[in-house]
Amino acid sequence: MGKSLYQKVWESHAVRTLPNGQTQLFIDTHLIHEVTSPQAFGMLRDLGLKVRFPERTFATVDHIVPTHSLAEPFADPQADEMIRQLRKNVQEFGITFFDVTSGQQGIVHVIGPENGITQPGMTIACGDSHTSTHGAFGAIAFGIGTTQVRDVLATQTMAVSKLKVRRINVNGKLRPGVYAKDVILHIIKVLGVNGGIGYAYEYGGSVFDNFSMEERMTVCNMSIEGGARIGYVNPDQTTFDYLKGRPYAPKGEAWEQAVARWKALASDPDAHYDDIVNIRAEDIAPTVTWGINPGQGCAITDRVPDPALYPEAERAGLEEALKHMKLRPGQPIKGVKVDVAFLGSCTNGRISDFREAARYLKGRKVAPGVRAIAVPGSQQVARQCEEEGIAQIFREAGFEWRGAGCSMCLAMNPDKLVGDELCASSSNRNFKGRQGSATGRTVLMSPVMVVAAAVTGQVSDAREVFGVSELVGV
Amino acid sequence: MALEPIQQVRGRAVHVPGNDIDTDRITPARYLKVVTFDGLGEALFYDERFNPDGSEKPHPLNDPRFKGASIMLVGANFGCGSSREHSPQAIYRAGFRALIGESFAEIFFGNSTALSMPCVTASKSDIEALAQAIEQDPGLEVTVDVERLEVRYADKAFKVNLPATAQKALVEGRWDPIADLLEAGDLLEQASARLPKAVLS
Ligand code: SF4
Repeated sequence: MGKSLYQKVWESHAVRTLPNGQTQLFIDTHLIHEVTSPQAFGMLRDLGLKVRFPERTFATVDHIVPTHSLAEPFADPQADEMIRQLRKNVQEFGITFFDVTSGQQGIVHVIGPENGITQPGMTIACGDSHTSTHGAFGAIAFGIGTTQVRDVLATQTMAVSKLKVRRINVNGKLRPGVYAKDVILHIIKVLGVNGGIGYAYEYGGSVFDNFSMEERMTVCNMSIEGGARIGYVNPDQTTFDYLKGRPYAPKGEAWEQAVARWKALASDPDAHYDDIVNIRAEDIAPTVTWGINPGQGCAITDRVPDPALYPEAERAGLEEALKHMKLRPGQPIKGVKVDVAFLGSCTNGRISDFREAARYLKGRKVAPGVRAIAVPGSQQVARQCEEEGIAQIFREAGFEWRGAGCSMCLAMNPDKLVGDELCASSSNRNFKGRQGSATGRTVLMSPVMVVAAAVTGQVSDAREVFGVSELVGV
Repeated sequence: MALEPIQQVRGRAVHVPGNDIDTDRITPARYLKVVTFDGLGEALFYDERFNPDGSEKPHPLNDPRFKGASIMLVGANFGCGSSREHSPQAIYRAGFRALIGESFAEIFFGNSTALSMPCVTASKSDIEALAQAIEQDPGLEVTVDVERLEVRYADKAFKVNLPATAQKALVEGRWDPIADLLEAGDLLEQASARLPKAVLS
């Protein structure tokens, strides 16, 4: 029986077996940001240790950066302290840093791929649960805690236990107006928010074969929302075409050798999987969340659940979610009033997301009373949007066009919901309080659906707002 | 590095009910704007425990009967969401030394183990029975026996689960893996020499 990519990468990166039975796994590429790394550097200093392979760690600043102005010191003294700490740490230990002045700063999961740092067959770790994003390239990439950030800094390895692998096939043809975001929201709805615990997800099937790299990233990004710490797609020509010529990608002869190696890493046709799930592309609708975790989603044409119709054991959870969201049992999700529209994040803050959203936004206006914010995932995406006239389309429509960062995805910078505002958001988490207000409400959706919500002031079906025919061929 | 072996955790318990309790609820993001973990105990479940004006909301951790508890009973998929170690750090710094739940999110579980805080899993019915017992007698002493993989209270006991690797790490005082990792010595340089690296070219 053949091997999966996960199995192959695991075998080549296992350094040794640890006394407790876990594997000491080598981490090829370590990404760090300002929130989960300062304590790790502190621990390193306390132990008198150095960064073992500083050329294998790359830093950026994303969570706390203001998106209005990068003038320093930042208005928030805590945020200012965090960026200064990071600068001190990278300088002291000789780590490459994509600082705000570099022109390459951005969300860690956007800049890794766009610089070609993320490559097939690599093990990649970062103190951030959405590290699964990098799996789109056929890397084995996962989020780690701060103590493990210390372990990777000190040894370029960490103690891990092997996961099972679940192959998720999505075959068929996506219906018009259905995007990668809908695919992953659908998968999470089907398998549950904890369905992936103990698994790495391998995504495949014709839908993934046809997806661009950025679409694959959107799906892999939200693997963790389904409980899976790792999600990946096997590398193919789409992967190689994306990487070719990027700053950190191999060049010349080394490129040819790398491609040959990457091809051999893809899962064998007869690979062993611990579980296989098949999903029909045609069953996936434009999907939005109605609740307080990413599995609480429904088709835009659906009604939110009525707890009375559910088994006793599930009712309390459903009621809690509806109460927080201020939704009536059984009401249609379409038409719910929207206060804020947020387009950005490591899920949907890439150039293709802004291009697609701009196609429909062009010539339209944000509805009165809606605060609409567009936040590119990186400075590079921001530049591209300016060059292609996309930023201008957003500004003319009444969006606030901001600088690169995480922004209102988790509201560690000044971009926050106020009170119980409801936000139509292209991000990945709708947890209570996630967007900066304890009573704030988040409805997750694709970028085009965010634009539809922004222009109508309601949770809307983009296919109706923009006309289905316009969306044919997407 | 000699670490304290964690064979048993004994103390009073508190039940924090609900499934899918995420790390944004355990430690809201604004408490992440720190460069050390000091003082994070204060942040624990902050928005669940306090109104914006600072007044208390009803929450098990605000209930005076359960003050000083060191064992937390939780539901399924506890600690889902982000990788922030701030969450287990806040729980630990608020005085907790073990969690008993139906299931735990993976990154949270690993982070907790590396802090010497076992997260054992048990059936919903066993957890509910224990929750009822402490509701009736908040002073009840509960033992999480990591070696024998059982929880004991009053004259009752039930089986719990913990992956063998985590159990061994805790019981043998190897829960912080750094010493073991460093022992690999030259193997690290050898691995780095043969494995791919992103280089600006
Ligand atoms: S965009 Fe959101 S999910 Fe992504 S890294 Fe930033 S805060 Fe985390």
